[in-house]
Amino acid sequence: MAAESYKVETHQYDVVVVGAGGAGLRATMGLAAKGLSAACVTKVFPTRSHTVAAQGGVAAALGNMGEDDWRYHFYDTVKGGDWLGDQDAVEYMCREAIPAVIELEHFGVPFSRTKDGKIYQRPFGGMTTRYGEGVAQRTCAAADRTGHAILHTLYTQALKHDARFFVEYFATDLVKDPRSGRITGVLAIDLNEGTLHYFQGHAVVLATGGYGRAYFSCTSAHTCTGDGGGMALRAGLALQDLEFVQFHPTGIYGSGCLITEGSRGEGGFLTNSKGERFMERYAPNAKDLASRDVVSRAITMEIREGRGVGEHADHVYLNLAHLGADVLHERLPGISETARIFAGVDVTKEPIPVLPTVHYNMGGIPTNYHGEVVQKVGDDPDVVVPGLFAIGEAACVSVHGANRLGSNSLLDLVVFGRAVANRCAELVKPDTPHHDLPKDALDPALTRLDKLRHANGGTPTAELRLKMQKTMQADAAVFRTAETLKEGCRKIDEVYSGFGDIHVSDRSLIWNSDLMETFELSNLLAQAVGTMHSAEQRPESRGAHAREDFPDRDDVHWMKHTLVTVDDQGQCSFAYRAVHSNTMTDEVATVPPKKRVY
Amino acid sequence: MAANEARLKRIRWRCRRGTRELDALLGGWLERHAADPDSASLQAFDALLDQQDPELWDWLMGHARPPREDWCVIVDEIRRHAGLAR
Repeated sequence: MAAESYKVETHQYDVVVVGAGGAGLRATMGLAAKGLSAACVTKVFPTRSHTVAAQGGVAAALGNMGEDDWRYHFYDTVKGGDWLGDQDAVEYMCREAIPAVIELEHFGVPFSRTKDGKIYQRPFGGMTTRYGEGVAQRTCAAADRTGHAILHTLYTQALKHDARFFVEYFATDLVKDPRSGRITGVLAIDLNEGTLHYFQGHAVVLATGGYGRAYFSCTSAHTCTGDGGGMALRAGLALQDLEFVQFHPTGIYGSGCLITEGSRGEGGFLTNSKGERFMERYAPNAKDLASRDVVSRAITMEIREGRGVGEHADHVYLNLAHLGADVLHERLPGISETARIFAGVDVTKEPIPVLPTVHYNMGGIPTNYHGEVVQKVGDDPDVVVPGLFAIGEAACVSVHGANRLGSNSLLDLVVFGRAVANRCAELVKPDTPHHDLPKDALDPALTRLDKLRHANGGTPTAELRLKMQKTMQADAAVFRTAETLKEGCRKIDEVYSGFGDIHVSDRSLIWNSDLMETFELSNLLAQAVGTMHSAEQRPESRGAHAREDFPDRDDVHWMKHTLVTVDDQGQCSFAYRAVHSNTMTDEVATVPPKKRVY
Repeated sequence: MAANEARLKRIRWRCRRGTRELDALLGGWLERHAADPDSASLQAFDALLDQQDPELWDWLMGHARPPREDWCVIVDEIRRHAGLAR
């Protein structure tokens, strides 16, 4: 059998972390600081993770700029998530935000400062004081490079604590002990040497990010292929709430590059083919400043009703020219250049063509607030999968519920990265000996690797990927109906079965982008199938999941998390978990569901 | 595998950056210059890719100049090709 011909080097650590974005690095440094041996396996250099793109900042109710309280932050997050978030986990995140951000400051993140030397905090959409009454200044930023500053600082700290990094290693699959079924590690390819490595740990932490690249128009970097979600599905685990995909209203048409919400904050507005400022009709008060999901839906309605712009009438315009070159340059630095390069327009003279663009996955690998992966077993919805953790966009804790607020994503990374390190320190004694694995434990992963490497069908990876992306864009879009989802399920299943005919042209294991992209496509595809089918199952509108045929939220039947498994034939099975409506302590009260208006 | 070929493949992988914008700009340069894997400019590009994303972005947006002349040439070519300057 092919698997036997591969030589695999074994590396043993107390904990193995996959992914070196904000979550993976926070976990890795925390583990090492606790005296555990930690290996971090990452396909790209740590400071080139997609966390770099998070410029906005990290939310924590420090109260440096005026009144604030973590309970207000808790309320905003529950409401922003349209009551799908688990309130105990939301409480944990908002409370722990304060020490987690102060720790970042001590580690050396160069936060912007107030005159008297405190961390400066700015307002951000959806962040309020006194349960919606006032505007909170809660978001801490390191100029416009917060994500990079956090990555750089955490990487430096992790090295200081002697964590080991395996950079440009591509993890292909989780490895299980076939006797116990317990996850014991991952198989990875060293892209530079073309060698295979088994990383064995008492715990494995998936910190692999979202799967934005399943869509045609997304703001994600090339590398956002949801590898951990794919690995979890292949290991037979259920993923949670995949149907909740956040669209950012102003991605540049064609390229997906993001035009910040600040552009509308400074007075930019949207128009349709008739030159109408259509947001006035959809959100008479907030207009162009309404929340992300509201603006995305309005744009989609305009296009749907034939008032889109351009040759195919399939996008709208964002107008900034009236602001004048000086304001644009001063308050919106970089936008002129971004629009010039990626839309080919001069923003001082012309509008920018935009459309809602996939930005964030609220769903992912289900975990509790320790970051431990949980599954539903029998009637118990919260059974811990021993030895497996997930954090960051790869995970679904669920703190963001059906819709994430800006500046809660960086927060999620550091709070739960830290939580995993703390939990592992409780569960794993440093240098505990590892069990020997049976010889054939690696066979499933090696067999799959060998099969993909020699895939000799008729469909190039890029071609099938494009089909998947177009299907997701068309049918798992901002608005969904029973008909489009039914059609979408049929089409995405067809794309999935097309993977059997995939063709990989490079058979080597050294810097083989073609093969890596094929592994990535397989991860994306499984989650694309899970997303489309989960969306079809949910006949209500909640947060980012907007059904035209079911415009209201249905708390009686659907205030619950979707759990979906996707088998190797692409068949989905569903189960549901109740939302945790209870809080963790009596220091904050449950927010009962009500209509979400801003 | 020839050393040149391995290097070109490595460079291709390292054009994967933290942002979609940099993926497009750096990946675009590579597509235009991959045909000559021996060139000095490809060697300079290889070293350029070791720089941090925020630095690369500032250089490409014209907010700052790279410290090496051969990097300036690459950055200027990307900017011209993107319709940004000169």
